[in-house]
Amino acid sequence: MGWTRKDLLSMRELDASEITLMVDTAASLQEIASRDIKKVPALRGKTVVNLFYEASTRTRTSFEIAGKWLSADVVNFSSSGSSSSKGESFIDTAKNIAAMSPDVVVVRHSSAGAADLLARELPCSIVNAGDGAHEHPTQALLDLLTIREKKGHFEGLHVAIVGDIAHSRVARSDIHGMRKLGMTVTVAGPPTLIPPFVQELGAKVIMMLRLQQERMSAGLIPSTREYARFWGLTLDKLARHARPDVLIMHPGPVNRGIELSPEVADGPYSVILDQVSRGVAVRMGVLLLLAGRKGGDGA
Amino acid sequence: MSSPAPRHREKAQVLDETALDRALTRIAHEILEKNGGAKDLAFVGLRTRGVSLAHRLAAKIAHIDGTTLPVGTLDITLYRDDLGMRGTPVIRGTDIPFSIKDKTVILVDDVLFTGRTIRAALDAIIDLGRPTAIQLACLIDRGHRELPIRPDYVGKNLPTSRRESVAVRLREHDGEDRVVIEEPEEA
Repeated sequence: MGWTRKDLLSMRELDASEITLMVDTAASLQEIASRDIKKVPALRGKTVVNLFYEASTRTRTSFEIAGKWLSADVVNFSSSGSSSSKGESFIDTAKNIAAMSPDVVVVRHSSAGAADLLARELPCSIVNAGDGAHEHPTQALLDLLTIREKKGHFEGLHVAIVGDIAHSRVARSDIHGMRKLGMTVTVAGPPTLIPPFVQELGAKVIMMLRLQQERMSAGLIPSTREYARFWGLTLDKLARHARPDVLIMHPGPVNRGIELSPEVADGPYSVILDQVSRGVAVRMGVLLLLAGRKGGDGA
Repeated sequence: MSSPAPRHREKAQVLDETALDRALTRIAHEILEKNGGAKDLAFVGLRTRGVSLAHRLAAKIAHIDGTTLPVGTLDITLYRDDLGMRGTPVIRGTDIPFSIKDKTVILVDDVLFTGRTIRAALDAIIDLGRPTAIQLACLIDRGHRELPIRPDYVGKNLPTSRRESVAVRLREHDGEDRVVIEEPEEA
């Protein structure tokens, strides 16, 4: 079946066939990155607004590149230097931007539910690019595309997600997406940062999460040094416990020496930069499916 | 979302397996004649059945001339002029694993109709490089052009009415080699 949703808000709301359509579309678009002229006219005349209320390097840049490669006009908004600093509310800012008739608004916000709110209030398509600790669906889609390209399939794979599960929208989106596609997911981390069940890992894919130091105020862990000793992945731990064909993933930015030792982050098992490359293809696919859907002119 | 496609019934057979094969053999000879041999030629087939036809033409040229020509696959979805009017775009990918620079590209499609698909294909190819020339081969030319586009090689000219459709059935996809005219069951 085709894509019929106006918005992409979460992995939780998608079914397996919708996730597969997104991943397949992104896979077909990867070829554009290897062209001399990286531009196709598919979204000519469409406008994409990046509405970012939180810092971002990878996600914002890759949405911008994705839109530009598809010939859309991409406008970046960041809350600093905008009317937000004069006290304009989030929804007022969003409605003002919507009044300029964009086709797609990509939103990142520190509050869970921010994207859902815009999806209800605005006529254009909304893409959730991370809302608080809730979801980050395009990151999950690029993780899935990376896993499928490296492993060839989803069914029966065992994925370990290690670190700060409680604050991680990436973990939440990954868990929903992976389980719908028939993968087994194990989470591990300090008890204060996860739902309290930890298992021995025999995983084929290990997803390390960033220790979100900006959200670690409440004494959740004794120290980053202790976190690194117990939960950080080092070559030595990999050699002793991991399968020889394991994939090491990380959504970025990496805290080198905390969750990942530099030798692991840059090592042969690491596919961290492959994830980033595929991020552009995934975001092209998302923009194309939302803006290219029937009557998909946002009205 | 979209209403189900109307059912079609077969009205007439246009080509059988032998006639289809003969038409492709003739086109292969015409390609060699027009270009003075197979030097610097390359095939690009339009998804889906154009790709199969391109492979068959390349096999025929290999048989006649002994030259193995490269065959690429083109998906023109990203170049369509009706994105958003036909339901969700389905992207299946372009795969042209050779340089088209300084090549004569033979574009292959099964049915030539309005010419809009070929217009999109020309844009898509030129975005990939600068070929010496692009020539167009189609198995069926059914008329009703909406753009100034004409084929260089035609298997069969077939006058049709707009409400009819032409179905090219190929072994690789449909289990048989046959071309038929269909018309909607409810007029």
